[in-house]
Amino acid sequence: METLKAQKKENKKTTSIRITGAEAIIHCLLAEGVDLIYGYPGGAIMPVYDELYKFQDKLTHILTRHEQGATHAAQGYARVSGKVGVAMATSGPGATNLVTGLADAQIDSTPMVCITGQVFRHLLGSDAFQETDIVGISTPVTKWNYQVTRAEEIPEIMAKAFYLAKSGRPGPVLVDITKNAQVEEFDFVYEKCTGVRSYKPAPEPDLKTIEAAAELINNAKKPYIVFGQGIILGEAEEELKALVEKAGIPAAWTILGLSALDTSHPMNVGMVGMHGNYGPNVLTNECDVLLAIGMRFDDRVTGNLDTYAKQAKIIHFEIDPAEINKNVKVDLAVLGNAKQTLDLLLPLVNKNEHKEWRAEFDKKHQIEFDTVIEKDIHPTKEKLTMGEVVEQINIASKHEAVIVTDVGQHQMIACRYAKFKQTKSNITSGGLGTMGFALPAAIGAKMGAMDREVVAIIGDGGYQMTIQELGVIFQHNVPVKIVVLNNDHLGMVRQWQELFFESRYASTVMTNPDFVKIAEGYHIQSRRVTERSELKSAIEEMMASKNPYFLEVKVEKEDNVFPMIPAGASVSDIRLK
Amino acid sequence: MKNQWYTISVYSENNVGLLNRISGIFLKRHINIESLNVSKSEIENVSKFTIVIHSTEDWARKIVNQIEKQVEVIKAYYHTDDETIYQESALFKIASHLLFDERQIQNIIKESNSQIVTVSRDFFVLAKTGRRHEIDEMHDALEPYGIMQFVRSGRIAVSKAAMPITNILAEFQNQ
Repeated sequence: METLKAQKKENKKTTSIRITGAEAIIHCLLAEGVDLIYGYPGGAIMPVYDELYKFQDKLTHILTRHEQGATHAAQGYARVSGKVGVAMATSGPGATNLVTGLADAQIDSTPMVCITGQVFRHLLGSDAFQETDIVGISTPVTKWNYQVTRAEEIPEIMAKAFYLAKSGRPGPVLVDITKNAQVEEFDFVYEKCTGVRSYKPAPEPDLKTIEAAAELINNAKKPYIVFGQGIILGEAEEELKALVEKAGIPAAWTILGLSALDTSHPMNVGMVGMHGNYGPNVLTNECDVLLAIGMRFDDRVTGNLDTYAKQAKIIHFEIDPAEINKNVKVDLAVLGNAKQTLDLLLPLVNKNEHKEWRAEFDKKHQIEFDTVIEKDIHPTKEKLTMGEVVEQINIASKHEAVIVTDVGQHQMIACRYAKFKQTKSNITSGGLGTMGFALPAAIGAKMGAMDREVVAIIGDGGYQMTIQELGVIFQHNVPVKIVVLNNDHLGMVRQWQELFFESRYASTVMTNPDFVKIAEGYHIQSRRVTERSELKSAIEEMMASKNPYFLEVKVEKEDNVFPMIPAGASVSDIRLK
Repeated sequence: MKNQWYTISVYSENNVGLLNRISGIFLKRHINIESLNVSKSEIENVSKFTIVIHSTEDWARKIVNQIEKQVEVIKAYYHTDDETIYQESALFKIASHLLFDERQIQNIIKESNSQIVTVSRDFFVLAKTGRRHEIDEMHDALEPYGIMQFVRSGRIAVSKAAMPITNILAEFQNQ
């Protein structure tokens, strides 16, 4: 063993090569298995771009039209592939344009590494051209960040960046590299990071807590699972399914948990939260044991905390100890990676069915179907609804597409009605609610899963926040399908204005451009639908296309999304209209 | 839950930027840092932050969890005043002539257990170590005579119970 270690060290010495910091960055990326990055060049990162030019056969760089687009593309790529997304930008404005994507990746636990150029070390603090303190700025929105000022630091810091981004609860990492560190030469050796002494990626599962959880579950009459993205990030989809089936527990999902369990699975009862399903919300306050798995009790999920699941014993399965008792006081915390903890739990739970309890969800579903769903997806009114568009996409995609959504009404409707067979298929900005996320994220999602159909569903507001990324779709012929649900309003804000601000529509009415002409300007095949009679054929035409396709659907201008838990209300006070 | 004083002790790597990351956790939650001290700890190459806040226990716990979550933090603890031995230091710069003109100042020096650090023609400096209220009392006693400069350090504290950092580091080495 000792000799092997010594030999390894010897090998490393012999494989060291004398290269510039910029070239070292490329070698680090290749060593981490990166073959695709998104970014935008500029003065302080030019040495790295020069190396990207030389290595273009091994490492593809996609020039987004704005650095924010690079971060969202990297996020979309990471979310579908499970790999680390990489975005690159120059110093100053290039770096600050990454901040929204970093914050989005931080709150949605998306593994991403951002590399920024920085002014020369000797210019730091001099207010040099395009100098900004991006390490200071990005600190609250990164899992970790670091400023490299010497070339020799590059391999260790890059290895650490990838390790930290991906391990434990994933998140974004930013590495800021001064220009002198990019041009200096040094002896390069790369070694992957396998641990950081002050950092514990995931707590070791404690069998005692798992046994206690099993006992609560086995004694429960009305057990209920609410799962989040922890299932997807922990790759615990099979374990979740096995638990749900064996113990006969109805399972609902948070917006980021969507697609972890087949939406057609008989025990999948729908979405929790502000615009979630009726049963899953109301029955949160009727279950006797609530298993919260890989979710963080966001305020949009819980509504008023004082009336949230007070009757239930709550078990929180969670990888991040800081999430325990943060928002909701729980009776039992089962720490660890969900795949491991659920795997240990499975043999301890009894086989069960809970038929009557499961039927409660059906009864509630029927109420919601009659008052909301039927009108949304099979409307009889003249104007098109967002729901029927999503339903047509379901039919055409056979539940197999990746659906990327932006933020607002269309997002809630898509998450409510989209059907998924496969995990990692729902890509949306959950925690941060970043308008403009969908178009660039769809580019990344398609590039991360080229064999899958990727449909971006976007509102007319969010679409115009990152519309310039059509340039990437055109230049690289990225075959994403873009559906803009155009109601000529910032629909969700307008809905709140209608309900809570006496219909004073302050700055929510939009006079929109001709979206079809804009797409045509980018030579993207496009079509506009204004009549129900055209919808089915338009979506079929879009799905049949092998190329990028833009579809604008003119929908009812003043539709509201229901059910709805008004801000500050209880989950059991969810409104159906 | 009622507000009280909590001393937060953070063992961490000694890295540029960590202070910013830790103080940001308080900023994000709009909690004021009453005092902050950073020094080396009993373990080589491990830094120690001593932070004092006035808050509920619930917040103290949540903040410690958030601090501990940071990559470069090894371990964080929170303690009440009863659970720690703590001190602060203060320096008083006072005009030298007062030593001779005001007899009472000599009494204050004696009674407060403070030390004269230096004396020059124009001023002398008193150092006082103790609890916050003791320093405040001394400050109030001296104030009528005129204090040229005053400064008080952040709290430093050790806990009565063990803070087993070495075990955590050893555990990592064995992985």
